[in-house]
Amino acid sequence: MNNVTPDRMLLLKTFLGLMQRDLRVLSREIGPFLLRVGMQPLLFLFVFTFVMPHMAGGSPMATTGVGFGSILLPGLMAVAIMFSGISAVALPLSTEFGITREIDDRVMCPAPVAVVAIEKIVFSSLQSMLAALAVIPMAMFIPATPVYPDLHRWWLLAIVMILSSLLAGAMGLAIGSIVSPKHIGLVFSIIVVPITFLGCVYYPWAYLDKIRWLQVAVLFNPIVYISEGLRSAVTPQVHSMPVWIVLPALVGFLYFLVRFGLRGFLRRVIS
Amino acid sequence: MRTWPHFQGVRTGVWYTVIVEIEALTKVYEGKQRVKAVDGIDLSVQAGEIFGLLGPNGAGKTTTISIATTRTLPTSGTVRIAGVDVVRHPAEARRLIGVVPQYNTLDRSLTIYENIYYHCRYFGFSHGQARERSDELLTQFLLAERRKAYPSQLSGGLAQRVQIARAIAHRPTVLFLDEPSAGLDPQSRLAMWTAVQQLRKEGITVVLTTHYMEEADSLSDRVAIVDHGRMLALGSPQKLKETFGAQTVIHLALRQMDQVEALAAGLRGQAGIQNVEVVSDGVRVFSTSSEGLLQELVHAAAPHGLRDIAIAEPSLETVFIQLTGRDLRE
Ligand SMILES: Nc1ncnc2c1ncn2[C@@H]1O[C@H](COP(=O)(O)OP(=O)(O)OP(=O)(O)O)[C@@H](O)[C@H]1O
Ligand SMILES: [Mg+2]
Repeated sequence: MNNVTPDRMLLLKTFLGLMQRDLRVLSREIGPFLLRVGMQPLLFLFVFTFVMPHMAGGSPMATTGVGFGSILLPGLMAVAIMFSGISAVALPLSTEFGITREIDDRVMCPAPVAVVAIEKIVFSSLQSMLAALAVIPMAMFIPATPVYPDLHRWWLLAIVMILSSLLAGAMGLAIGSIVSPKHIGLVFSIIVVPITFLGCVYYPWAYLDKIRWLQVAVLFNPIVYISEGLRSAVTPQVHSMPVWIVLPALVGFLYFLVRFGLRGFLRRVIS
Repeated sequence: MRTWPHFQGVRTGVWYTVIVEIEALTKVYEGKQRVKAVDGIDLSVQAGEIFGLLGPNGAGKTTTISIATTRTLPTSGTVRIAGVDVVRHPAEARRLIGVVPQYNTLDRSLTIYENIYYHCRYFGFSHGQARERSDELLTQFLLAERRKAYPSQLSGGLAQRVQIARAIAHRPTVLFLDEPSAGLDPQSRLAMWTAVQQLRKEGITVVLTTHYMEEADSLSDRVAIVDHGRMLALGSPQKLKETFGAQTVIHLALRQMDQVEALAAGLRGQAGIQNVEVVSDGVRVFSTSSEGLLQELVHAAAPHGLRDIAIAEPSLETVFIQLTGRDLRE
């Protein structure tokens, strides 16, 4: 019992152990996982870029000159990221914190408690990235006019995806540790729905210039930077917020949400 | 005298015979109502012993254990596990302890086998080591047949066994068991006792809380009696009985309480009776033995509407009554 492994090694092993546990649980739930991440973008693309153009009047954004599909692609990726982050962290956390206190055994692992929370964020960010990438092939095959992402700036895509996915996980952590299990269902209607509808998902931020107050108000919504960042990465033909604003904003929101989420988590597990 | 095994501290390299060291521990829960859950507890648990914390509901047992296992922060005082301060170095302290909390905290999304397997992984075991250790424990705790079951499919006794197996999977120095037999049927309780005694043979120090007298009595090498966050007595069950409770407690339940003081005063002088207390529903007589006394007591109490007699032979129960003036169940 006295062979002391160097602490850093143990920390890494603990972290990987936690990741493997989550992977195991996810692998049992692969069907629901795919439905969860796939259904929304699938239906959205089908209705707005396939069904609508076939109806009289064409697509709702026909007048802008850019296909609605191109506007929708980064937006749907942003929603996928956000949605995965919240369902992969906030929902399980709220049950694990609940009467079953299932999180206890992980909290008792030989690492600082924050590691357990950070693992949750990292694991959920992997799911978010998969969910976002899954939107790309859908956009190529479903719409009446296929949408091909421009992957020339793949490095920007990678940076935005990583930051956004971590941000979504951190938001899930914050929500999961603050909202009681009883109210977790409400989270979707009072947080997720508003921030996606007002997150420049279905319209670029620039188009809001006619409604100035709204254009300013949505700047407090982190989803805006996810959508706009992805927009400048995959659909550069659509006008988007400059990268030098998007990236610092993503980093700032990420920092704030991680701090806030960790504090809530620690408060829940250590009394 | 037993000789206790020695353990080397992880941080310090020093050899320890005291595994759990609690000093001047207090915990105050601030809230609408300010609760002093732990109010100055000092104790030390020797390597290799089974140590019992005995006390009624709300005595502060769980709080004490939670602090020692890094789940609750103390208001003041210190706890060291083999020399490691649990507040300053919680992650390292957790390597030395195993915990079975008061409630079932098995991971509902994993099978029994996986609960133990991933626990080992969290503690740095490789895949092979974790698999081997899990199989070994499932066999030792007679759980091999249920390895693929999920926690929700287990009875309370089985779930408790899985929790113990999981808690010792990383080979901790000390195992904390919070109310291990709460909600178990007598048979599962006996099985749990055997398991705990077996752990001691393997050299694991055990700290358990309970409000069952017999459990503290038959299982523990030493017992601390706690109430209202304070420690009232500490010693081997035998020593506690000798010091505080070498007395039989006879409880006389009465219908008429108006003359009860007179009855108590009358009894106090009698030979063989050491003390008499008036309680809510009658009197409590402390005596050296019940032999020969019963008839007199019945006789004396009959005019007051005697309706029931309960005799408690010397045990931790009588020690507790002696110390607190209360029944554990009250
Ligand atoms: N998180 C908390 N917040 C406020 N008060 C608490 C909290 N946890 C425990 N208490 C209070 O502290 C006191 C001691 O509780 P504790 O759970 O330590 O007792 P216990 O001896 O384990 O009792 P039991 O036999 O019921 O498990 C009780 O009065 C309880 O109400
Ligand atoms: Mg308790």
